[in-house]
Amino acid sequence: MTDATQSGPMLAADGTPLKKSLARSLRRRKLRALALIAPLLLFVMLSFVIPIVSMLMRSVENGIVAETLPLTVVELQNWDAEGGELPDEALYAAFIKDMIVAVEAKTHTRLGTRLNYEQTGMSSMFRKSGRNIKRLDPEADAPFKEKLIEIHDGWGDVETWRTIKTHAVPITNGYFLNAVDMRRTPEGAQAQPEDKQILIKLFGRTLMMSLIITGACILLAYPVSYLLATLPMRVSNLLMILVLLPFWTSLLVRTSAWKVMLQQQGVINETLVWLGLVADDARLVIINNQFGTIIAMTHILLPFMILPMYSVMQTIPPSYTRAAKSMGATNWTTFWRIYFPQSIPGIGAGSILVFILAIGYYITPEIVGGTKGVFISNRIAYHISSSLNWGLAAALGTILLAVVLLLYWCYDKIVGIDNVKLG
Amino acid sequence: MKVTITTLMASALAAVAGGAMAQEMTIVSWGGAYSKSQLKAYHEPYSEKTGITILNDDSSNEAVAKLRAMNEAGNITWDVVDVVASDAIRLCDEGLAMEIDHDTMLEPAPDGSPASEDFGELIVSDCYIPSIVYSTTFGYRTDLVGDNPPTEICAVFDLETYPGKRSLEKRPINNMEWALLCDGVAKDDVYDVLATPEGQDQALAKLDTIKDSVVWWSAGADTPQLLADGEVVMGSTYNGRLFSVIEEQNQPVAMLWDAQVFDIDGWIIPAGLDEERKQRALDYLRFATDTQRLADQAKYISYGPARASSAPLVGQHAELGIDMAPHMPTDPENAKNTFLYNYEFWADYRDDIDAKFQAWLAQ
Amino acid sequence: MSNDAAFVEFQRVQKSYDGEVLVVKDLNLSMPKGEFLTMLGPSGSGKTTCLMMLAGFETATHGEIMLDGKPINNIPPHKRGIGMVFQNYALFPHMTVAENLSFPLEVRKMGKDQREEKVKRALDMVQMGAFGSRRPAQLSGGQQQRIALARALVFEPELVLMDEPLGALDKQLREHMQFEITRLAHELGITTVYVTHDQTEALTMSDRVAVFDDGRIQQLAPPDLLYEEPENSFVAQFIGENNTLEGVVKSIDGDSCVVVLDDGSEIDAKPVNVHKAGDRTKVSIRPERVEFNKDRLHADAHTLKATVKEFIYMGDVFRFRLSVAGNDDFIIKTRNAPDAVKLRPGQEVEIGWLAQDCRALDA
Repeated sequence: MTDATQSGPMLAADGTPLKKSLARSLRRRKLRALALIAPLLLFVMLSFVIPIVSMLMRSVENGIVAETLPLTVVELQNWDAEGGELPDEALYAAFIKDMIVAVEAKTHTRLGTRLNYEQTGMSSMFRKSGRNIKRLDPEADAPFKEKLIEIHDGWGDVETWRTIKTHAVPITNGYFLNAVDMRRTPEGAQAQPEDKQILIKLFGRTLMMSLIITGACILLAYPVSYLLATLPMRVSNLLMILVLLPFWTSLLVRTSAWKVMLQQQGVINETLVWLGLVADDARLVIINNQFGTIIAMTHILLPFMILPMYSVMQTIPPSYTRAAKSMGATNWTTFWRIYFPQSIPGIGAGSILVFILAIGYYITPEIVGGTKGVFISNRIAYHISSSLNWGLAAALGTILLAVVLLLYWCYDKIVGIDNVKLG
Repeated sequence: MKVTITTLMASALAAVAGGAMAQEMTIVSWGGAYSKSQLKAYHEPYSEKTGITILNDDSSNEAVAKLRAMNEAGNITWDVVDVVASDAIRLCDEGLAMEIDHDTMLEPAPDGSPASEDFGELIVSDCYIPSIVYSTTFGYRTDLVGDNPPTEICAVFDLETYPGKRSLEKRPINNMEWALLCDGVAKDDVYDVLATPEGQDQALAKLDTIKDSVVWWSAGADTPQLLADGEVVMGSTYNGRLFSVIEEQNQPVAMLWDAQVFDIDGWIIPAGLDEERKQRALDYLRFATDTQRLADQAKYISYGPARASSAPLVGQHAELGIDMAPHMPTDPENAKNTFLYNYEFWADYRDDIDAKFQAWLAQ
Repeated sequence: MSNDAAFVEFQRVQKSYDGEVLVVKDLNLSMPKGEFLTMLGPSGSGKTTCLMMLAGFETATHGEIMLDGKPINNIPPHKRGIGMVFQNYALFPHMTVAENLSFPLEVRKMGKDQREEKVKRALDMVQMGAFGSRRPAQLSGGQQQRIALARALVFEPELVLMDEPLGALDKQLREHMQFEITRLAHELGITTVYVTHDQTEALTMSDRVAVFDDGRIQQLAPPDLLYEEPENSFVAQFIGENNTLEGVVKSIDGDSCVVVLDDGSEIDAKPVNVHKAGDRTKVSIRPERVEFNKDRLHADAHTLKATVKEFIYMGDVFRFRLSVAGNDDFIIKTRNAPDAVKLRPGQEVEIGWLAQDCRALDA
């Protein structure tokens, strides 16, 4: 009583304020907890946070122009890109100086590759010009304007310099613009020509098909999970092994197996023709299109739906359904009003898992997707390993990440993330 | 006592590790039958000669991306990498491959002419040592074309005479050239036309006529499988793959050599190796790219040796015992109408045309 | 309580889950309308299975179950119109209390106004009127219990089944709820089948108790009869505290007999299911019926020597543990009256009883 009525902060037995004393005793516990999770924290940092941050950086980072052509970039500030006039001799001289250094360091071809993403032809222009510029002397051979245009007539094209100027910024939005079918131009952001627009379409298709795959997984997984959760242990264990079996086979093998099943000379078509359900010359096209991707990915991702559903359904006591029935509810009403609402957390968890996995898939769509069943990830893979346009790949990846986070947020708003149970 | 043992063990481990390093090198290639032919023709004799263990890594299809990543991480684990010419050019452009002085680093031809002359114009990049010439060409099912087997490339676009599916690679390279060729563009003008947006549209419009009948492939093994399954009536792939379908698996498939596109496969050494590893890599390449060794590889796979001086030495298949010369893409009978992959053009136009091509595919 | 008036009736019901073991063996039971009947027994005795068969969640392997004169074996549970309270209440967690109560009315297609009125009345009945909008998780165990009860009663079933509904409550709350449940059951005139393994609960609440063991009803009787006149040694042991002594019947004389215990001493008993001299028997005597004040016994009554082992003070009663005829756990209880004698451990006494209080049962 006296403690509660005394004025000022509460004091511990030794006279230090109670709050301070509590904080001190908790600090040690916190430090110990931190030490325990330190390996995991470090691992997550190294394998997850740092790569994501580096991806984010790469999608905007564009230091290469200013680093390779420092003098040129300064000169370009004074040049009026809108005027339609070629730059003056000072800029050409600065450019030659930059290039001589760059050729020595062999960085000019790298810049050529970078600028070639923006304007076709830059790659060979830098490579070819490099060989000739190497022989020039920055003092003795001046003036350079004519000489350079002679080396490659691209240097006499205003567009070339406009492109360099446009992309001479150290932090660029160019990759992000490219990722949404736009481009960075001297006049600001503009739409890509129509015949090069594909990424928005692929984003849309990826989302759409991932949703369809998630839906298909829900429909197929629900009855299986229900059986798993309600059958006697012995039978359900066997069933569980069948569910997990695909996990033990390589993804590539499973996808290839679908190829054998679904192609026009494949098992399903052969069977249908043999049964006379399909004419020999009208075999079904069920692979190398969206249908093939949906089938194969639904099969591959099914366990990720079944497992969370099963673990949630397992916790629904049979007494709920019994109670409902004893109150006069039919089997359907019992399922729909009582069982189903309680299994929603499992559906939520499974859907998030499947959807996020699906949105980032590329091996299966690549193999069975043909032209209309490929995902945005296939373009990301292409830009990572074939075109080497890592900036664009990073921008696409960042957008994908943002879309996933956005959907997650929507899910939280609509369903509530507390309603997700993995077991 | 404990300290002594630990120290001993550490030094022993270091010795073992150091020893192992000195005796090993990692060679990157494509895997499958191609790696096997290299193993037989190069790796095994070289290991026997020097005692160096060769580790294989089948990563050539993503070599450029991986080398770039290794270079950024500052830890290059590969010693020698087998890549196609276009990748070699890109690696050289990016500074990821070492420049090669062909005349001093490689063996001369048996007649004494320097390596650069023996390889001739196949040296498409300063960083590149070519080893084979292969081609991308068509194979067709002999049992599905009736009495009228196709003899020229435009059969691919002729759905009336040759109904059924055909398989094409899921990228613009080669397909665009063939399309223009069959749309009346003269062979010499193909790349000039393809450099213009109108030309690109023309090629895509031609491809559009067969779009619904195309199965698009992305792995070299796809077309041979599709042919063997009877999924497609004809399809493009690497000539060595078709050789194995025809001669080794005895499938009813035949070659259509018309308008085959030559490409080169060969070696690069990653930039930034330490001196010891660099010398070891060079020593291996000096051995593996001499005239006899290049001719030896043709015993195992139907790709033509990159040295002019190797051609006369090409003999018979090591297991089938058939003459390999007629199966070489470079054989005069096969090489009546050929293309050479235009590296310069595609280095510039690849990104641009690929975007259009993919947009067209997705329509 | 003739068969004509039976509201619930089990006729020769058997149940087996695996086809090998019968968990319910030849069950016959009939209840009149309005009765509160408790099925009491240890776990595994078949009482819950009987309840589930009545509710329709299990089917009888053999025999007939009748409700209000009609066989219900083939009627699905939701058409039986039986209210049920479950062990863990089984309140639907995703619905509010009011929604839970409204559910059985909804499935009966009752109008909204009527539903609301009935829900309100049911909640008031269990004094939970203010909790309609809460979720079950926000209620205490006792409150959930009341809601479960209200939910089972809200649709006015004529028969209510309760499966150990008070098992999860603490003692005080449990006693309160026992009272509440019996009060409601009698006020509303509902027929109730109540399953429990708690004998106190069974004795305090029921009109009749069916003691289950080994798949059979061992005794079906009102609580007082069950306690005072157990028909076999299982019931005697199971209901209330009980002292058992074993021996052989020496002679039977109408309503009383003499039993020779295993140590040779003789006692008086009432023959219940012993029939002739020489039968082996377990005699059963309640602790409060044992007398150690010789003045209160018949002059010719047999007595036994006993040694006090322990004295336990329990407030309203004194409890003594004695060693009697080789049984060290012989209990005596006396009321804590002003003149009560307190025996001290070590003290030797003579004990005896009235013959009718000591029942000679099966061995």
